[in-house]
Amino acid sequence: MKLGTELRTMIDGVKDGRMDRRGFIQRMIALGLTAPMATQLLAIGGVAMAESPSAYKPTKRGGGGALKLLWWQGPTLLNPHFATGTKDQDGSRLFYEPLACWDANGNLSPVLAAEIPSIENGGLAADAKSVTWKLKPGVKWHDGKPFTADDVVFNWEYAKDPATATVTLATYRDLIVEKIDDLTVKISFKNPTPFWADAFVGAPNAIIPKHLFQDYTGDKSRDAPTNLKPVGTSAYKFVEFKPGDLIRGEINLDYHMPNRPHFDTIEMKGGGDAVSAARAVIQTGEYDFGWNIQVEDEILLRLEKGGKGKASYAVGGDTEFIALNFTDPNTEVDGERSSMKTKHPLFSDPAVRKALSLLVDRDAIKNVIYGRAGRTTANYLNGPEKFVSKNTTWEFSVEKAAKLLDDAGWKPGADGIRAKDGKRMKILFQTAINGPRQKTQAIVKQACQKAGIEVELKSVVASIFFSSDVGNPDTYPHFYADIQMFQIPMSQPDPAQHMRRYHSSNVATKANKWQGQNFPRWVNKDYDAAIDAAEGEIDPIKRAAFYIKANDLMWQDTVFIPAMHRLKVEAASNTLRPVLSGWANETDNLHEWYREA
Amino acid sequence: MSQYILRRLLIAIPSLLGISLILFIVLALAPGDPFSELATNPNVPPEVREALRAKFGLDDPIYLRYVHWLVAMVHGDWGFSFVSRMNVDTLILQRLSTTLYVIGSAQLLALMIAIPVGVYAATRPYSIFDQVANTLAFIGFSLPTFFTGILFILIFSVKLDWLPFVYSTDIKATGIHWIGEQIRQTIMPVMVLGLFQAASMTRFVRSAMLDVIRLDYVTTARAKGIGQRRVIIKHVMRNAMIPVVTLIALQVPAVFGGAIVTEQIFRIPGIGSLLISSILANDTPVVMAVTFVFACLVVLFNLIADVLYGWLDPRISLR
Repeated sequence: MKLGTELRTMIDGVKDGRMDRRGFIQRMIALGLTAPMATQLLAIGGVAMAESPSAYKPTKRGGGGALKLLWWQGPTLLNPHFATGTKDQDGSRLFYEPLACWDANGNLSPVLAAEIPSIENGGLAADAKSVTWKLKPGVKWHDGKPFTADDVVFNWEYAKDPATATVTLATYRDLIVEKIDDLTVKISFKNPTPFWADAFVGAPNAIIPKHLFQDYTGDKSRDAPTNLKPVGTSAYKFVEFKPGDLIRGEINLDYHMPNRPHFDTIEMKGGGDAVSAARAVIQTGEYDFGWNIQVEDEILLRLEKGGKGKASYAVGGDTEFIALNFTDPNTEVDGERSSMKTKHPLFSDPAVRKALSLLVDRDAIKNVIYGRAGRTTANYLNGPEKFVSKNTTWEFSVEKAAKLLDDAGWKPGADGIRAKDGKRMKILFQTAINGPRQKTQAIVKQACQKAGIEVELKSVVASIFFSSDVGNPDTYPHFYADIQMFQIPMSQPDPAQHMRRYHSSNVATKANKWQGQNFPRWVNKDYDAAIDAAEGEIDPIKRAAFYIKANDLMWQDTVFIPAMHRLKVEAASNTLRPVLSGWANETDNLHEWYREA
Repeated sequence: MSQYILRRLLIAIPSLLGISLILFIVLALAPGDPFSELATNPNVPPEVREALRAKFGLDDPIYLRYVHWLVAMVHGDWGFSFVSRMNVDTLILQRLSTTLYVIGSAQLLALMIAIPVGVYAATRPYSIFDQVANTLAFIGFSLPTFFTGILFILIFSVKLDWLPFVYSTDIKATGIHWIGEQIRQTIMPVMVLGLFQAASMTRFVRSAMLDVIRLDYVTTARAKGIGQRRVIIKHVMRNAMIPVVTLIALQVPAVFGGAIVTEQIFRIPGIGSLLISSILANDTPVVMAVTFVFACLVVLFNLIADVLYGWLDPRISLR
């Protein structure tokens, strides 16, 4: 742990004032860590987290006219605790606010909190078992009632009640929230929790008012009139909501941040598809901002020519990957295919897995499909930077793959398809229906054919592929195929939840109704040990090292073949200055948005 | 007559029950669930998703769910949307006016084109006008609305920049400007739908007219020296319009049902786009309500068409 000691000295240096923050962050970048993680390191290491300088220019409140947002999947409800998708979180966040949000640089920036907790200001406990938040004084709900610690405590009670059926249940059920005084709340964790910025942070955990929801908890939660007419604390007051179609808001003249917001009214229109949304923002300028523009780069470049807007990108940790099945999808054992009692006939040979990895042409996938919206990678874990392994490499080479297979005894048969011991190299490749995914499938199939592997392609409608339907064999947790491709979004700048999935205790089986999250059904003792150790580790350096080790183990075993590190793509008008973060919902920093005159 | 209507209404009950049962079973057998998007959210563990399924009764056996739904429906409770967590009837009523306005205008436009063109073409069969009208009608109903819709957007929004292509339900204007904007944004969807409908209706009107125009009583009327205009309008059209009226009555439910494709292209918040997004989100109560109301309307307007037919054509008696 040479890096560890060096880092400690530097953090101490910043504390003593021997080194300035900027110098520290630059050194960190030189060491392969980037700004967001370096600042988190400083926070845990005992330095107050500085906010990124705000680029907000307007010097008065309002006057920015109307802000027109186009979400091609319109929000269908406006209570963050019931949000079934990010679209609902985005819509709720127009009116509700969290204690803090992730800014464009991946730093926490206070919203309803007076400051970001740190060890220096007494907000963080040294044992990582509690966080104390100081609330901003003088904040009012849109109906004039004051915002206090009671509201924060209420959200915890509301969310953790199983009868309320919230989707935020998991965030709140294992912690205890108590009111210290009107403007202070303390969150206590059962176990040391190195990543403490989850509860009450970001759009998914925005805070709803106690006085309007306290009579509607548990089974009565669905009857709350405020579910459809939010009364929040944000920069915009609610005007109108039509599920799936339209949300309207108007400026909150009592907003608690100076000179904000810039816009007088806000409108979020839903419906349609991504391509025409890109057209309405970039080409005709009917709208100022288009959400989640997953459109081929070629089309975007064409629309941008002489257009009124452009695509903007935010880097997060989303990785499009090809997962390999470690069990046999074609043999049924006790009414279950891909059973843990079987071994995959081809992939039980590591050479076959390695060869497959050599056959995924990531450069072609980037150039042909993702363009500016993708980065090639060898890692499953691609962010935050602190957790990204530098030990891995990838390569595309049909020749090397063929040689690897030859050496392992997989010889081409009369039809050109390789076989060994009567096992033919034929694999079924499934994914969700989505233009870029089908094109990626074609690129992989072509390379495999050259190397003597027959690939059958299958695409499943997304609503089925991602469903939790126990009876449907086409869902990704069943994984009744040899390989499958999709991505699991990384919604916060920490890998804990993301990496926990592949712990051997989480294997998806018939016994747990395929609710286990380890769908490749890969079991590795070293991996389990690394994950267990990381979750109890308070030292941020050691913790990061454990996750890097976990990533490298997956790489060595070729559990995943990462096809692309995907960036968030949005469309914005040329004059709009949106603040976007790869780690937050698009509307999380809406109070910072303005229009250049 | 009233006995006939009563009997038809009584027959409608078992057929509606059958329709609802089939709809419900098909929807229940369809794969996927409303909480699928949560599956990829690492913040939401699978047991939370399971709890939600149980809470909304998705794990109950199909027959129980059907009985629950039926009993509620009889009591006038249309159900509760899983996705929006609000009552289905509010959700539908919110969108009904837009659908009626857009699809209704399109149907009117279709009639206004189809009747004069069809009648005129029939009076001069195989003339140049008839040939041109026929060719255009053929092209019209061969081109699907998703194609003409996108073509219109490319021409009128992107190239010419005359019309907006995103339908907005809150236009920031008052008085005459509001009406102007409202018309401006409905031109494209109404044209796309109206022209498509007009094409097939024109051919229908023309052939109905041709059937009648050859009959002996028309020749008699002409022999009496009645002018061409009067013969066509008073004698031919009156009879030729009987099947057209039936056709229009059968089209009315479609006005309520919305137009899925066109609503999606122009982002019109109507019943059609509600239906498609609910199907994609597996929001069964909404899909069930929309399709069932649609089924009721079809049954009802079939009855109306039959009654109307008997009234227009006294030769047909309803018993």
